[in-house]
Amino acid sequence: MIPTTSNALWPHFDEDSGRVQSLGGPAWLQTIRRAGVERFAELGLPTHRQEAWRFTNVAPIVKAGFRPALNQPGRTVTAEEVTPLLYCPSWPRIVFVDGVYAPGLGRLQGLPAGVTLGSLATAIAAGDVSVEQHLAKHASETSGFVAMNNALLHDGAYLHVPDGVTLDEPVHILYLATGAREAAAHPRNLVILGAAAKAAVVESYVGLGTSAAYLTNLVSEFVLGEKASLHRHKIVEEGAAGHHLESAAVVQGRESVVESYAMTLTGRTVRNELNVSLAGDGARAELKGLYLNDGERLIDNYLQVTHAAPHCYSRMGYKGVLDGASNAVFTGKVHVLPGAQKTDSNQLNNNLLLSGDATIDTKPQLEIFADDVKCTHGATIGGFPREHLFYFQSRGMTAAMAHAILTYGFASEVVHAIAVPELRARLAKYVFDKYSPK
Amino acid sequence: MAMLEIHNLHVEVDGNEILRGVDLKVEAGEVHAIMGPNGSGKSTLAQTLAGHEAYEVTQGDVSFLGHADFLEMPPEERARLGFFLAFQYPVEIPGISNAYFLQSSVNEIRKSHGLPELDAIEFQDLLAEKMEQVNVPMQFADRNVNEGFSGGEKKRNEILQMAVLEPRMCVLDETDSGLDIDALRIVSEGINKLRSKERGFILVTHYQRLLDYVKPDYVHVLYRGRLVKSGGPELAAELEAKGYDWIRQTADV
Ligand SMILES: Nc1ncnc2c1ncn2[C@@H]1O[C@H](COP(=O)(O)OP(=O)(O)O)[C@@H](O)[C@H]1O
Ligand SMILES: [Mg+2]
Repeated sequence: MIPTTSNALWPHFDEDSGRVQSLGGPAWLQTIRRAGVERFAELGLPTHRQEAWRFTNVAPIVKAGFRPALNQPGRTVTAEEVTPLLYCPSWPRIVFVDGVYAPGLGRLQGLPAGVTLGSLATAIAAGDVSVEQHLAKHASETSGFVAMNNALLHDGAYLHVPDGVTLDEPVHILYLATGAREAAAHPRNLVILGAAAKAAVVESYVGLGTSAAYLTNLVSEFVLGEKASLHRHKIVEEGAAGHHLESAAVVQGRESVVESYAMTLTGRTVRNELNVSLAGDGARAELKGLYLNDGERLIDNYLQVTHAAPHCYSRMGYKGVLDGASNAVFTGKVHVLPGAQKTDSNQLNNNLLLSGDATIDTKPQLEIFADDVKCTHGATIGGFPREHLFYFQSRGMTAAMAHAILTYGFASEVVHAIAVPELRARLAKYVFDKYSPK
Repeated sequence: MAMLEIHNLHVEVDGNEILRGVDLKVEAGEVHAIMGPNGSGKSTLAQTLAGHEAYEVTQGDVSFLGHADFLEMPPEERARLGFFLAFQYPVEIPGISNAYFLQSSVNEIRKSHGLPELDAIEFQDLLAEKMEQVNVPMQFADRNVNEGFSGGEKKRNEILQMAVLEPRMCVLDETDSGLDIDALRIVSEGINKLRSKERGFILVTHYQRLLDYVKPDYVHVLYRGRLVKSGGPELAAELEAKGYDWIRQTADV
């Protein structure tokens, strides 16, 4: 039907997008998929000539030719494998293995009346009108990867909290990669919070002890009604050869509040793209992140906050620990649109360089089209002040020990801001075990 | 031999000679006060003894507890021997709690003496006891090291560290400056509680105020990198009455 072929861009793309379309679904869904196919052909894959991808080389990912698992995970994952990944067994959860919904591993009960948590495919099959209303309406095609996700869209996590409802416990979304068939997952998350709804979401992206190469190409959409509140925690623990590319869109209504944590612990290539639109008067977004980089890994945090309405507040606070010959990229863009008066925004990116071979490219940027605004930004790259090391030494600790403790302190600051105690404790232990003196 | 012996100590900072031949002996159990105008080299002496690498010893030597190679030791070894500096400007360490910092410190020092490390519970008990002894609030334990502390709180935190580490030789660099009268009293009481026959003190101070609370055995005046006058507690009173100009006039001769 569509004359273009994209197999040259991505091996077997035409067959795979055809396979997804043959899964069927409502007309509006097929329209999204077909538009994705077309846009993918137009956009192609990002190259270093595009500013937004200048330092992130995706050629090795493309060359690997990962293909979607669709409805067959690489292998069966047992409940015993999932248990250690849970922060609290009572939290409602939904689990995917290689992008394929695994209902037997989830726990959808215990949610207040009116709340929907489930697989996106199930919600679509049930004719959920909110899905039709919001799916693919918020995530813009910032790159060919988003278009590809649209073209291959078939499932993912769906959470809908209706007006005025508060979730007592966080919802845990787990994506497990088995690496068993060197597969790609193109999952899609959709989270809708109604007016004054409140929820915390924890997303885990985990390589299940695999050293095989695989790809998670994720698109997420978060929609917040008036005065809604979302605490989002994204924990990336992909396998040593696992690639993780995400584009997330957050759209905030009037006086809504988002607190977001992007914690990148492991993974070969990780890109966390986060596009936040402060669309309603008085909306607030607090975006925090931590990236722990070593070896030859690449971590790219790409953030855009658009102040589209007046009296909005945004903060970016990302910290990175850079070791080995790793590469990290931080882009923080704040756009203040005409009329977005009384904008209050600040961006801060602090990097701790532990090795002379590690690199960081950090770019806080501002684009302001309103005159009554307060926008600040800053970035630091460095080691520890000599006076800090000396203070430790004067108390009997070696410089090496001081380094380790200070590194732990640097990283743990982001962790300690997390409001969910189980998650905070687990991440604090992770950071402690990774950096504290042995 | 005295516990701490300083002979003809010359120290340069960035090529400038700041200490120009300091001699001092401190026995265990003694409290010495070193006074002097700003810029005379008091902190330079304190930092040099603690082992800060910016301070280059060009002449002279120091022995501590019979270790003639004290100046060759890295700062952590000096601390493990029982040397303690209460900093004039304690640094703020984000992300590290006071309790964890001090537990690490105590255990490094214990290990160096062949003693078993204290576990978290044992350390908590020790810390609680010391906090009570020097009268600091329990919240100090969980707060990050000096982060967001007022000037007075930082100084009290230094005294707490001193109480926990139980050093043999304590150098307190202007621990009294920036304290209001209540904090000065609490800090002084802390110091007095830690005075013992086994422990020596050097109180570096700009004012006599502290010495009204902590009675020194000896008072020295440091001026332009030399100890130009020494005496008993009455010297502090004389300085207070006559001012440092009096020293300038006599010392310049
Ligand atoms: N780390 C340093 N770097 C450069 N100059 C220093 C340093 N420490 C001290 N000095 C200089 O040495 C002199 C003595 O300073 P200091 O020992 O701090 O005096 P005091 O503590 O008696 O006020 C001053 O001239 C000061 O500028
Ligand atoms: Mg001084």
